[in-house]
Amino acid sequence: MESLIQNFFNFPVYADVFPYLMKGLWTTVWLSAIVIPLGAISGLVLAVIVTQSSRRWLRWTVIAYIDFFRAFPPLVLLILVYFGWPFLGVELDKLTAVVIAFVLNNASYYAEVFRAGLEGVPKGQMEAARSTGLARWQALCYVLIPQAARNVLPDLVGNSIEVLKLTTIASVVALPELLRSARDAQALLYNPSPIVLAALLYLVLLWPLTRWLGKLEHRRSR
Amino acid sequence: MQTSSGFFFTFFNVDIAVQYLPALAVGAAVTLGTGLAVVLTGTVLGVALAILRALECRVLTLAIVAFADVLRSLPPLVILIVMYFGLPEVGLPLSALFVTWFALSLVLAAYTEESVWAGISSLPDGQMEAARSTGLSWWSAMRWVVLPQALRRAVPTLTNRIISITKNTALGSVVSLNELLNAAQGASSLSGNPTPLMMAALSYVVIFLPLVILSRWLERNWVRC
Repeated sequence: MESLIQNFFNFPVYADVFPYLMKGLWTTVWLSAIVIPLGAISGLVLAVIVTQSSRRWLRWTVIAYIDFFRAFPPLVLLILVYFGWPFLGVELDKLTAVVIAFVLNNASYYAEVFRAGLEGVPKGQMEAARSTGLARWQALCYVLIPQAARNVLPDLVGNSIEVLKLTTIASVVALPELLRSARDAQALLYNPSPIVLAALLYLVLLWPLTRWLGKLEHRRSR
Repeated sequence: MQTSSGFFFTFFNVDIAVQYLPALAVGAAVTLGTGLAVVLTGTVLGVALAILRALECRVLTLAIVAFADVLRSLPPLVILIVMYFGLPEVGLPLSALFVTWFALSLVLAAYTEESVWAGISSLPDGQMEAARSTGLSWWSAMRWVVLPQALRRAVPTLTNRIISITKNTALGSVVSLNELLNAAQGASSLSGNPTPLMMAALSYVVIFLPLVILSRWLERNWVRC
């Protein structure tokens, strides 16, 4: 019991590393604030191509892209981008590598969500919108996409929570987000309390979001 | 910028590929084995938890919901790291293989429990009542009437979860499990060439692409009772 408190719930250590971990948490938050919108927008563009384009080869290329990145573990992608890219003769800094890997990966997941949403909007909506004189892109932006987004809101939220959790893999390339900060503190203090504290912080951040997601899903299923 | 033959020499170097093929094959075997074990224990445990929750015993339900919430909230990499670097300090040293398998199984169990429970609770109460009134015991009614319908409803969501969680065996490389990614990274830094990483990437696609295509097919053709 004493060893458990000493190693996992060591309050003097908690107090020591708390400011440092908060800095890491802040990095996690702004990293998510960059990659979530970028991934969602790219995914939306891909979904619009898949559902609206009349060019068969274009649709199939995008579907192949989506399936390829759904089959690719994000950590492998990140390592490939971060360690492979310099061999092309261009140095990438950590943040750029992380953002590239995340957007490549997330776009395919968001694309699947938006595709389901767009396919769920009745065909008549587009036709009705066009018949009022709206151009195709206007009908998409003002009529189809808002309805599609509302229909798949729980999946969008769920996917964004997954991305937030996924930012932990940036620790592998030493980007100082929450998990990385905790591991650095652990190595410095020879005590695993910082990683337990980081786990608690993740829980405080993510548990309410997971609960909220459950509510959204429940509302939809009724 | 290098020429195109330089590009192939760097990223698809045949000599290096041949040299590190055995090491990568071992890594791929570890990835496959761990992945299969995670799918097996994770889904079985998850279904068992969903059945226990259906007993509607208050304490049990509370414990299961807490378990599912915590494991769905925490990033899997955090769970792995706490188990691998934390537990030895309190006298519980665990191997990288065990930690990867155990942590990912628990995460998959949490998601499976939620999906299967959603299936069970979406069935009308009449199903259970009608089954019981034919003389079936609670357990037989659950086993032969409620659970098959609930599982059918859960399958499409579940396949996607299974893919994304088994892909996470790559996280094992962080706790130095010698799976595919770790083997490739080791080979890459030994040879100073990214070819092994490209091979690993290709292997992941070969392993997981059929699953992704299967999940797409299931989504379109699975009949939800």
